[in-house]
Amino acid sequence: MSLHELDARRLICPMPVIRTQDKIKALAPADILIVYCTDPGVKQDIPAWCEINGHEVLSIEYEARDIIVTIKVGHT
Amino acid sequence: MTKQRKAVALISGGLDSMLATKLVMDAGIHVEGINFFTGFCVEGHTHAIRNSDKDKVKRNNALWVAKELGIKLHIIDIVEEYKDIVINPKHGYGANLNPCLDCKVFMVKKAYQWIIDNDFDFIITGEVIGQRPMSQRKATMPIVAEKSGALDRLLRPLCAKNLPETLPEREGWINRESLLDISGRGRSKQIALAKHLNIEDYAQPAGGCCFLTDKAYSDKLKDMWQTRGDKDYTLDDIMLLKVGRHLRPRPNYKLIIARDEGEGNYLEGYKRDFTTIKVTSHPSALILVQGEFTETDALLAAQIAGRYSQGRNAAEVAVTIKMLSGEELNLQVAPMAAKNVLEEWYV
Ligand code: SF4
Repeated sequence: MSLHELDARRLICPMPVIRTQDKIKALAPADILIVYCTDPGVKQDIPAWCEINGHEVLSIEYEARDIIVTIKVGHT
Repeated sequence: MTKQRKAVALISGGLDSMLATKLVMDAGIHVEGINFFTGFCVEGHTHAIRNSDKDKVKRNNALWVAKELGIKLHIIDIVEEYKDIVINPKHGYGANLNPCLDCKVFMVKKAYQWIIDNDFDFIITGEVIGQRPMSQRKATMPIVAEKSGALDRLLRPLCAKNLPETLPEREGWINRESLLDISGRGRSKQIALAKHLNIEDYAQPAGGCCFLTDKAYSDKLKDMWQTRGDKDYTLDDIMLLKVGRHLRPRPNYKLIIARDEGEGNYLEGYKRDFTTIKVTSHPSALILVQGEFTETDALLAAQIAGRYSQGRNAAEVAVTIKMLSGEELNLQVAPMAAKNVLEEWYV
């Protein structure tokens, strides 16, 4: 298991989802990815994308203007 | 054991591609979705930008459709490659700057490459004959199949019975009789089918899948092309055309004025990359200036900014212009009277 980060700030949906998807392609099951975003659309879109592709959203947190989504990579 | 056949569906987020996918899934085919992001898509982000849509769920319809159907969705960023389609469409534009036929060929071609790379068998689209004036006429449907290279690996389940047999039908992967013969612009057959398949919630059929079918949007894009003398664009350029009121009081510059707080927040994200105008004495939204703006333009632009601030009825407003060079101009001006904001300034 390793920890990774992705800066998707200022990007508007679906770009944060696309970046997340492309990043996860290079990760291994059980890796953790933390995505930093600013578009509130990610609150729906990243969990929806994770659900259909077999990954797990562990948390969505807010810090200043950032929306921080933590994902556990699934076995797909 | 017979091989599990696999198809990729072009998912736009609308009802038609959802129905087409469902029909093929019900025939026992493994289906995954593909959605292309061109930068012009009418999607969740426009809701995210505008306050007025606050009550609506800010969902991405393609993702939502995939979730409802229980299929994987691959979203593919084609912003760069798509420029050539928008700038030089071989088959021309539709009613606005929508290059629908070239766009369809391009997307099916991409999907065809995807099925080769991922060992899938065929492609599904939700196209219906006669639904769109340009890309979905009976005469143009074979063009998409041919020019994309997909040929008979392209199946349109909603109108397959009106078209020549395709590979999945011929090989018996799917029974032609289970496919449909919908044609024309009417929606009643699709709506009845949705009911029959227990699909209750779906995005309302819109005029098109992207902003290029929208006249106001196309006018702004044309204006951008004309004033720059170059059709190249960045993702930020085309996103900004979706936001705010655009006024061109002089040929050398354009003002982008937020219409509400949501747009204001969005434009804030660009303030380091543009000259900005802000009325500081009264509540107001940030204005971005695009173009070759100089100090001689400041007075007129400041008066317009006053007009679009809450100080519009005041005798004077204070305006700060932050030039891209870093220089700051502070002005006291009378807001422009409504009648002096000329109709032709609106892009
Ligand atoms: S409406 Fe836009 S996305 Fe849809 S086919 Fe036409 S150009 Fe392509």
